[in-house]
Amino acid sequence: MADDLVNVQIDGTWHQFPKGTRMIEACRQAGVEVPHYCYHPKLSSPGNCRMCLVEMGMPPRPKPGEELTRDEDGRLPIQWMPRPVIACANTVSENLGIRTESALTKSCREGVMELLLINHPLDCPICDQAGECRLQEFSVEHGTGGSRFREDKVKKPKNVDIGPRVRLDDERCIMCSRCIRFTAEVADDPVLGFTERGSHTTLAVHPGRRLENNYSLNTVDICPVGALTSTDFRFQMRVWFLKEIESICTGCGRGCNTEVSSREGSILRQTPRENNEVNSTWMCDRGRLDFHYVNSEARLTQPLLKGSEGHRAVSWKIAVKTLADNLAGFESSKIAIIASARLTNEDLYLVRRLAQQLGVKELDVIARLGEDDGYLVAADRNPNSRGAALVLGLDSEPGSRVCGIRRDIESGKIAALLAIGEDLTSPEAGFSPALLSQLEFLGQIHHTANSTADAAAVVLPGATSFEKSGSMVNVTGRLQRLAPVVPLPGEAREDWVILRDLLQALDGGNGAGSSDEVFSLLAQEVSAFEGRTLAGISPLGEVLLETGETVPLLEREKERIAKGEIVG
Amino acid sequence: MSNVTYISGKEPHSREHRLIFRNIDRKGYDPGLKCYLKDGGYEQLKKAVTMEPKAITDEVKAAGLRGRGGAGFPTGLKWTFIPPTNTKPVYLICNADESEPGTFKDRYIMHQDPHQLLEGMAIACYAVGAKLAYIYVREEFPHAARILEEAIAEATKAGFLGKGICGSTFDLELYVHRGAGAYICGEETGLIESLEGKRPYPRIKPPFFPAVLGLYMSPTIVNNVESLCHVKHILAMGGAEYAKLGTPNNTGTRILCVSGDVQKPGYFEVQVGKVTLGEVIQDLCGGLKPGRKLQAVIPGGSSAKVLRADERFKLKRGDEMVEIGLEDIPMDFDSLAACGSMAGSGGVIIIDDSRKISWVLNNINSFYAHESCGQCTPCREGSLWMKKISDRIVAGKASPDDVATLESVANNIEGKTICAFGEACSWPTQSFIRKFREELVADTREELAGVPVNHETTLAAANLKN
Repeated sequence: MADDLVNVQIDGTWHQFPKGTRMIEACRQAGVEVPHYCYHPKLSSPGNCRMCLVEMGMPPRPKPGEELTRDEDGRLPIQWMPRPVIACANTVSENLGIRTESALTKSCREGVMELLLINHPLDCPICDQAGECRLQEFSVEHGTGGSRFREDKVKKPKNVDIGPRVRLDDERCIMCSRCIRFTAEVADDPVLGFTERGSHTTLAVHPGRRLENNYSLNTVDICPVGALTSTDFRFQMRVWFLKEIESICTGCGRGCNTEVSSREGSILRQTPRENNEVNSTWMCDRGRLDFHYVNSEARLTQPLLKGSEGHRAVSWKIAVKTLADNLAGFESSKIAIIASARLTNEDLYLVRRLAQQLGVKELDVIARLGEDDGYLVAADRNPNSRGAALVLGLDSEPGSRVCGIRRDIESGKIAALLAIGEDLTSPEAGFSPALLSQLEFLGQIHHTANSTADAAAVVLPGATSFEKSGSMVNVTGRLQRLAPVVPLPGEAREDWVILRDLLQALDGGNGAGSSDEVFSLLAQEVSAFEGRTLAGISPLGEVLLETGETVPLLEREKERIAKGEIVG
Repeated sequence: MSNVTYISGKEPHSREHRLIFRNIDRKGYDPGLKCYLKDGGYEQLKKAVTMEPKAITDEVKAAGLRGRGGAGFPTGLKWTFIPPTNTKPVYLICNADESEPGTFKDRYIMHQDPHQLLEGMAIACYAVGAKLAYIYVREEFPHAARILEEAIAEATKAGFLGKGICGSTFDLELYVHRGAGAYICGEETGLIESLEGKRPYPRIKPPFFPAVLGLYMSPTIVNNVESLCHVKHILAMGGAEYAKLGTPNNTGTRILCVSGDVQKPGYFEVQVGKVTLGEVIQDLCGGLKPGRKLQAVIPGGSSAKVLRADERFKLKRGDEMVEIGLEDIPMDFDSLAACGSMAGSGGVIIIDDSRKISWVLNNINSFYAHESCGQCTPCREGSLWMKKISDRIVAGKASPDDVATLESVANNIEGKTICAFGEACSWPTQSFIRKFREELVADTREELAGVPVNHETTLAAANLKN
């Protein structure tokens, strides 16, 4: 036995855990769930809900001169204590005993459940949390099924406007204080607190303040009941109808791991998925809510060709051939390709092949820079700049050639331009419609109508990051997988499919049949990806590049874990 | 002590032994420093700063002093809980939140003899190595806060506080901090949170034992006003001599605060265990009111378990067990604990036969429902539930089932909360029901079982407050 391991008996079976492990975590590791509300491994433990009370025992203190007898396994007898203890904040020690199924433990859970429900409105039929409510779940598992409460319930504020994205129902609140601790300990914006006392305790936002920081929606995730709900998601869908798919957020270079929930082809919400190398259990509000564009009326759904009377829909075959013929009609030196660091590695690999096929040297992506917020939002607002640099083989900072391309269009050196996944008239790209009109040919692949598409002779409808499979590399060099969550609208296609068909039209060869195959080709050609497969990327991603970059929020968590403030 | 004379009508009873309360109601005595110095004031502090700090702690341990705030924990032992390897600052806090109903001793010390407290605190600070100390005064004592602040200013000016106390290298800054009116601030970790400027939510123990992780996560000693005053007298007398007062393991004197149905309620400083409950009622308080019979006694503040007048108790006397009645219970920590209650804060509440038991219980339940801090589930939800049920019992709107429910709610609180408030609010209900079940059930009506209830009309019917 290693020195730092202790023997602990859980429900009659002995286990070993590192000394200092919280009892609740030891039970979890032993496959025993201890119900809890206030405890959250990423937050401090106030021990206020009392749901995790368990019976605990320790070896009796020997009388002077007395020697305790050990059993054949060397275990001392356990003397069970009459008072229950909270499993969330207490740690295991040698020869400790925990009973999670004893009469004492059961009576504690029944008592706490009854008390939590006496002033609760029991409005499950109209509560957004129904179906994912800990109060419901533990009531079924640990409650008595009835109530002896005959008094009037305490009345509290309902539908309280505490911020732009979060709604509060105080009657449903069980005062676990998770949201208060999150805003104070993680988001550094301590705007939530309790007012009043006793049964009248009321969660409130501080006078004159609002819960409006960019991490406010995490409080909705960690609220174990229906007290805090998302203004965006509430009343949209019963959660049991949602289809959840694991993916990553493409709002910035962090690549927060997500779970995207949809119903019948519509995305309804995006929530963070725990990844302690990327985003812990959190994500920012902006990234989280950045999916509504997927359902936009402005989505491109058909391939378009520009004629004298504007764009008209054509078949994919004609559109791709027109694009290929047009590009092939220019000298290599007259063509530029501007791709996007919002594309997947697979998309970008085919962009690389296209450039090679056409002999194009002027190739870049649009840079998107902002400020690192000190938590999760990275300064690089593109999700795949590192991937773009690697896959496209850019020899300078992504985006640094764009200025030159603009100049070359102005001087007439560049006559044909293909823009893939970028609206070149966006402020980040900085192309004016007048400049674009100087081109002899402009092609565009994009998921949504925009000014570049307006000016383009050929417009091919692509996919959003919620509709494609593939991989990206985040700012810290982690290779992560993206999953298609909803089907493509109309005739739109995944960008790699469009690019493959374009390549086929140019060289007549057979292209890859899947994004997995594209990745394999990429792995053969770009050394950083060597030996990897798309399907082989773990749901939590894997380290591709050693960048030495750290995530501010994770560093802070590590410090708190080291101090024992949180479990992590 | 012979030269001490008291204000007419406020003379101590002959059974009293005045140590802490020596100057309370003393003729010509005022809270100023001059008056305190005339009577040997700060002599013990002068002596203390020449001693080894550990020697002072040893004297307090030898004296057997037990905390006078409620729990009766040995004061000297508490002081030794500061980790020997500690490198953080050590704080001492005087708990002057005196908020347990039935307790009114500390306020007299602060009002009439503040320098006694300051001297006791300074000695204690020297013993535990605290250079910064606070007196946490409850909001309801504005006068005491003012007097203490004046006393601190005087003592600082005279060199008994501040830098280089009494010519030594010992520095001590002392501040008065006023609470905002919450019972829970008397709980030491709630008090610490409050002092840090937060809501007074008691902390979980482990890990937040104040002597290790107290104020600002530094070792902190929290002692009651009366306990700290005793330190001065222990130093004056020597621990061993002090321990001769009172009874073994229950040493020294303590101030009993008697309220309720007696002829002369008030405060009485007696040697611990040297008077019985009967003597308190009959001798110190002049007996019950004419024509009344004793019904019950709450011996240690409102959270202590009630004792029934006709109850019999088994108590160890030497090696043998004897059976005694209520009036023969010695007023000390161990005897009251052995009788199923506690000495608590010294607040003795006498209840005669003119009181309806359901009303008494409801009065206590109302207090705890109002004062529950609301941090943890059982007490937050249970205390108001208990109050609402006892409201109905008083209003005649309860059924016998409700008494059983009431008892079970109390059982679901006791032992399951973050702090001792859980016990404080459940013990009265548990003990009243156990000992007065018939009286409570008599106030209920069988036919009301399962009938829906309305709290507003209940309150109106019994003329109760929400």
